[in-house]
Amino acid sequence: MVVGGGITGMQSALDLANSGFKVYLVEKTSSIGGRMSQLDKTFPTNDCSMCMISPKLIEVAKHRNIEIITNAEVEALEGEKGNFTVSVLKNPRYIDIQKCSGCGDCVQACPVELSNEFEMGLNTRKAAYKRYPQAIPGAVAISKGARPPCKLTCPAGCNGQGYIALSSKGKYLEALNHIKQWIPLPAAVGRICHHPCEQECNRGDIDEPLGIAPLKRFIADIVREKRKDGSLPPEEKPVIDPTKPKIAVIGSGPSGLTCAYDLVKHGFPVTIYEAASKPGGQLQWAIPKYRLPKDVLAADIQDIINLGIELKLNTPINDKLSLKDLKDQGYKAIYLAIGAQKSRSLPIKGIELPGVSLALDFLRDVNLGKEIKLGKRVVVIGGGNVAMDVARSARRLGASKVLAVCLESRPEMPAHSWEIEEAEEEGVSIHNSWGPTEIIAKAGQVSCVVFQKCTSVFDKDKKFNPSYDPSITTSIDCDNVIIAIGQATDQSVLSKAVRVKTTGGGWLIADPVTLATDEEGIFAGGDGVSGPKSAVEAIAHGHEAAVSIERYLLGLDLREGRVKSREEPAPIPEGEHARKHRIRNNRILLEKRLTSFDEMDLTYSEEEAKAEAERCLNCGLCSECLQCVAVCQAKAVDHLQKAGHLTLAVGSVVLAPGFDPFDATIKGEYGYGRMPNVITSLEFERILSASGPFQGQIRRPSDGKHAVKIAWIQCVGSRDVSCGRDYCSSVCCMYATKQAIIAREHESTIQPTIFYNDIRAQGKGFERYYESARTRFNVRYINSIPSMVKELQKNHNLLVEYTSETDGRVQEEFDAVVLSIGMVPSASTKVLAERIGINLDRFGFCATHETDPNVTSRPGVYVAGAFVSPMDIPESVMSASSAACLASQEIHEVRGSMVTEKTYPPEKEITEEEPRVGVFICRCGSNIARVVDVPAVLTYAKTLPHVVHAEENLYTCSTDTQDKIIKAIKEGDLNRIVVASCSPRTHEPLFQDTIQEGGLNKYLFEMANIRDQCSWVHATHMPQSTSKAKDLVRMAVARAITLLPLHQSRAEITRRALIIGGGLAGITAAQAIAAQGFEAVLVEKEKLLGGNLRRLHYTEHIADLQGLLATLIAQVESNSLIKVYKGAEVKSLSGYLGNYVTEIVAGGGSTERIEHGVVIIATGGVEYKPTEYLYGKSPGIITQLELEKKIVDRDALVTDAKSVVMIQCVGSREPEHQYCSRVCCSQAINNAIKLKELNPGREITVLYRDIRSYGMHELQYRKAREMGVTFIHFDVEKKPEVTQEVGKLTVKVMDKTLGKELLLNPDIIILSAAIRPQLDAEEFASKLKLPLTQDKFVMEAHMKLRPLDLVNEGMYLCGLAHSPKTVSESIVQAKGAVSRALTVLSQPYLMVGGIVSVVDSEKCAACLTCVRSCPFDVPHINEEGVAYIEVAACQGCGICASVCPRKAITLQHYSDEQVMAKTAVLVESAVEK
Amino acid sequence: MNELNEPSIVAFCCHYCAYSAADLAGSMRLEYSPNVRIIKLMCTGKLDTLHLLKAFEDGADAVFVAG
Repeated sequence: MVVGGGITGMQSALDLANSGFKVYLVEKTSSIGGRMSQLDKTFPTNDCSMCMISPKLIEVAKHRNIEIITNAEVEALEGEKGNFTVSVLKNPRYIDIQKCSGCGDCVQACPVELSNEFEMGLNTRKAAYKRYPQAIPGAVAISKGARPPCKLTCPAGCNGQGYIALSSKGKYLEALNHIKQWIPLPAAVGRICHHPCEQECNRGDIDEPLGIAPLKRFIADIVREKRKDGSLPPEEKPVIDPTKPKIAVIGSGPSGLTCAYDLVKHGFPVTIYEAASKPGGQLQWAIPKYRLPKDVLAADIQDIINLGIELKLNTPINDKLSLKDLKDQGYKAIYLAIGAQKSRSLPIKGIELPGVSLALDFLRDVNLGKEIKLGKRVVVIGGGNVAMDVARSARRLGASKVLAVCLESRPEMPAHSWEIEEAEEEGVSIHNSWGPTEIIAKAGQVSCVVFQKCTSVFDKDKKFNPSYDPSITTSIDCDNVIIAIGQATDQSVLSKAVRVKTTGGGWLIADPVTLATDEEGIFAGGDGVSGPKSAVEAIAHGHEAAVSIERYLLGLDLREGRVKSREEPAPIPEGEHARKHRIRNNRILLEKRLTSFDEMDLTYSEEEAKAEAERCLNCGLCSECLQCVAVCQAKAVDHLQKAGHLTLAVGSVVLAPGFDPFDATIKGEYGYGRMPNVITSLEFERILSASGPFQGQIRRPSDGKHAVKIAWIQCVGSRDVSCGRDYCSSVCCMYATKQAIIAREHESTIQPTIFYNDIRAQGKGFERYYESARTRFNVRYINSIPSMVKELQKNHNLLVEYTSETDGRVQEEFDAVVLSIGMVPSASTKVLAERIGINLDRFGFCATHETDPNVTSRPGVYVAGAFVSPMDIPESVMSASSAACLASQEIHEVRGSMVTEKTYPPEKEITEEEPRVGVFICRCGSNIARVVDVPAVLTYAKTLPHVVHAEENLYTCSTDTQDKIIKAIKEGDLNRIVVASCSPRTHEPLFQDTIQEGGLNKYLFEMANIRDQCSWVHATHMPQSTSKAKDLVRMAVARAITLLPLHQSRAEITRRALIIGGGLAGITAAQAIAAQGFEAVLVEKEKLLGGNLRRLHYTEHIADLQGLLATLIAQVESNSLIKVYKGAEVKSLSGYLGNYVTEIVAGGGSTERIEHGVVIIATGGVEYKPTEYLYGKSPGIITQLELEKKIVDRDALVTDAKSVVMIQCVGSREPEHQYCSRVCCSQAINNAIKLKELNPGREITVLYRDIRSYGMHELQYRKAREMGVTFIHFDVEKKPEVTQEVGKLTVKVMDKTLGKELLLNPDIIILSAAIRPQLDAEEFASKLKLPLTQDKFVMEAHMKLRPLDLVNEGMYLCGLAHSPKTVSESIVQAKGAVSRALTVLSQPYLMVGGIVSVVDSEKCAACLTCVRSCPFDVPHINEEGVAYIEVAACQGCGICASVCPRKAITLQHYSDEQVMAKTAVLVESAVEK
Repeated sequence: MNELNEPSIVAFCCHYCAYSAADLAGSMRLEYSPNVRIIKLMCTGKLDTLHLLKAFEDGADAVFVAG
């Protein structure tokens, strides 16, 4: 099992799978690719990161023996090495990966915008998303959290987030349909709901809660308007099944209407009986028009009735038409939603007087528009919402003085606070804590009400039980009294014949869950059961009743699954949320409010609604609006997916969980998070990316302006004790350099400045890259770390404060600041480590040992990549291979037991067919499309002869496009495929594999390179690029027509490895090969094994290297699978991948012939013998290696030395050797520490250009400084000068930091001499035909992703032959190279043939021209006297074919006809239509 | 020559070196004139005089071989 799907995990998985193991690749996000997929370009080659990783992604995805498990994490690891059981938690993706085509329709439909973590929050993505366009697996995933508080709070369960998200995208009809699942009266409820959702809205914790109810109202209103003008269709009507049982609903209030709505939607015939003349219950009669206009209510109700409900008005259920009668009429179920229509009265004197009325009677009369005579002064008794409605209505009817008098104190008042406030606005005065005792009349009319002081409303048990102080009274003069103290049901509906019980208070009794009454088939809900409550609570009852009735009628259990457990609401989503205040509904003027019953609040405008909807935080992530379900044609969306647990049996585990970028907000002085134009390097990486948030334009976040002056600040979260990150992150100097170069390439006006401590360009090719940044790209490097960044308020520019060597304290203005943030272990790795039981170091990296950097503290569990320590991509890849080698070593005996081979569908026979060409033109995001007019090329391609299918794709390399290609082959009966995209070097194998899956021979494929060789190199010639792209496509099609199928055959493999070089890398490799059960032949030119390791004695953590070496040598020499040749040299190498033959000249001068399948080059390097600094002229001037020996030997020269000077970069970083020797800084530091430990009093001074103690070596650097080692910075222009006079050494050095020249008189001078390639490197390379770098190190196949492979197939590379490196790194490389070699050695056979030369023996005259010309010595004259070319050996160069005077040899796939097909159509007019 | 007096150039490039170099030019975003059409060979050793002559006959103003 490999944990982590970044580049490291992918490489481990591929190595293991390619060497005969089944691999589970567990990734915690929805796709593999890791951090590398987020990078734009990579150093030092400037290759596009995505272009490099994309073929790897696809290789992993297509690999039969890799099972990718996404959205997953390891829960537990049991067992022991070789036999583990892993428990994996697989979180739901909510998409069926098997069904999803990745078409993105659901992404389009999804209304929820979330912060895009792939783009580092610089833009948004949908809740249904792909992490990036080329993501593997190609299926969409849905982000879903806990349910939002609005939904959880709503009594009816209405999903606010869902309809708000839809409305924010203008999808009003969808939004309304969504609302109506829960609220069938959206316009009415949107107006009058007491919206408990808003009280719980998370937005309230940031600024103000969202206007959830007003948005609901807006949606209902706008849909109604648009339906009126015909721009939206009317509501779909359900099909009512007349054979289904009939249902009667008594009461047409919100509860009854809801129940009827749900049932009719399920096809039941429903009749509503309503006693009144109009439907709506309390909404109709009790709510005043200024809150709910009656036409709005009527329209809502009409929509429900229109679904096919029979509404019988003026039809009370009583003795005349009883419930029993209804049953007799055939109603199989009845829902009693009778409400609480009656107002309670007061048992006080004077209650019967004229001028005294009851609240509901009053409101009913108002709503009916009856003429109501009120005096000027009105007293309303009661403190609830009804009392407020009454008081406010009284004001509108002309009462100038309205007093609401209630028992409760102000905070105890049952009315909603906003109702009270609005009432007060309208001039209602509230009098709290008074109980009425008597209404006094004058001349038969009410004249005043007497109150006594209410001292408390509730008793100790919190029951309503008011107590009074009769000694305190008051009387209020008035003309009218309206009693609003409570409501009751009208029980006339109940007859003795039915067994519906009531409470003492007169409320109907129903089961709280099912709403069933004691009477068979009768259910009851709403205010009639619960007492007066809100409309939305009545609606909730309506839904429950509908569920019960349906279950009852179907004979199902009423109760099952209906008791809901409490769900924890979603918190505020992570990330920043800018404060935005709530948009209030416009309100009519107060004067108008007091003179009419016009609706008080106006609905939102579309703009207001959009702005308000966009305030929604999308707390639940996915809003569950289910638009994705509606649009998905593949039926791949499954919102009910649950987390699952997998139990897997594995032999070993590789951990590659990667890293997190350092949280830059911790370094508050740089203002990240507060200043918009201070960004992190990973954010800048996305800004640079053509597929990033700004399409590759260098814009800054605050205003989208093109940034010109950009500063990089290095070491943010690295080399910093203050934030607990005292290690160096190893990669930041180079990525900042790369970003500066790429930024300059994007826009040549950009002025990059990099503020640094030391530039650490320690890797292969880095120094040259750094030099080119300084000299070619004018990147300004300033050796100072700024102390602070300030922001200018006027333009958000940034003032960077730093200390300059020449000008002291400086403030400089920049447009943007990029923080080069370090690498920290992933947040989740601590948990992972605990679950797996491995140790971490104090930073949270995996605890490992220098000799075994891939071995964790738990046997059988290995580690790779940035979880070991910060490292760059090639090191991660090497580390991945090395870990794979160890992981398979334990279980090598079961190799091949679980693998399945890739099988393709049978190949289509095409030789007799006319060519039918399919052309696929890639936009490569904008990489091609920005320069080349892709649609024009597409149109053109369609006109070309034999082209029967052509299409353009955003990314032709994405998995969904592969499926499209296969589909096109099948549907279009295509027999040749042309892809116009990037380079065949990187992508041809992928497409060939695809067409094989489509049933075509893989050679029936041709590519037109319209990116690397067109859009990328002619960016300023857009029209010409388009015409060139057309030409390239035309030429590719012309060649495609001539292509023929070719077939490969199987070849045996010699399962033996030749390892050249017996140093640490070679020995390690030999041992690793043998440990895997294969034979190794180790050839060392010296008489002893050990190479440079024989001169090394200790490292930071290994005390005795010689002891280690002795053990290793003994193990290798005694291993029966390893044959060691010492004092032997390679004479010649011939053969080919899988079957090489090497001749070596062994010790005695005898020549031995070795057959082997692979070669591992471990030829090492040498220490440079300095010619500078008087080396060799004085015994006191020695190299670091010489020093090391003298320290171990306790040589007096060293033990007596009182002062020591070390000079760095001797022979490194020079114009003719423009590379860093990588190890010398750490070596000098270690030796300095050793010298200090031996004699703390002695002075040690290290003269350096940059201290390159990368990674954890930084800790030693700090230690050395703490021990008192002095470090003096010199400039390469002013190198130190060493002089010697009568045995006295003098070093003159210009201290760059102090700006002063210093004179030192050390006893000894230690030169940190460079590491050079072997002196015979060129000769050796020519023997083996190995490519070399400028510096004569062996060149790998690809600097980033194939660091251990050579272009020569079957040859691998490790150790110093690759580039300077440490002991630990050599070990990793050696094991990694073995892992790569195992991918060949463990194959059952090799496939050979294809692009090889074939001889027509009829034509061959055996002239030997081919035999002499072949650089690989392949052609021979066979027994038949004609040339013979071994298929497995032929390299396919075709030289033989071109030199053959009789044209007897053809290079398959590059025949003369096939080559000339392209030039034949060089000119457009040459094309035959 | 075409109307712009820009010569039409055919480049025969070796898969391993010159063709890779042309790709590298792309990844480094180096600019060059768009009038060159690269034809990939496994090795320029494969190139026959015939191919060169045919290229001229087919309208190339210049032929460039890189390998």
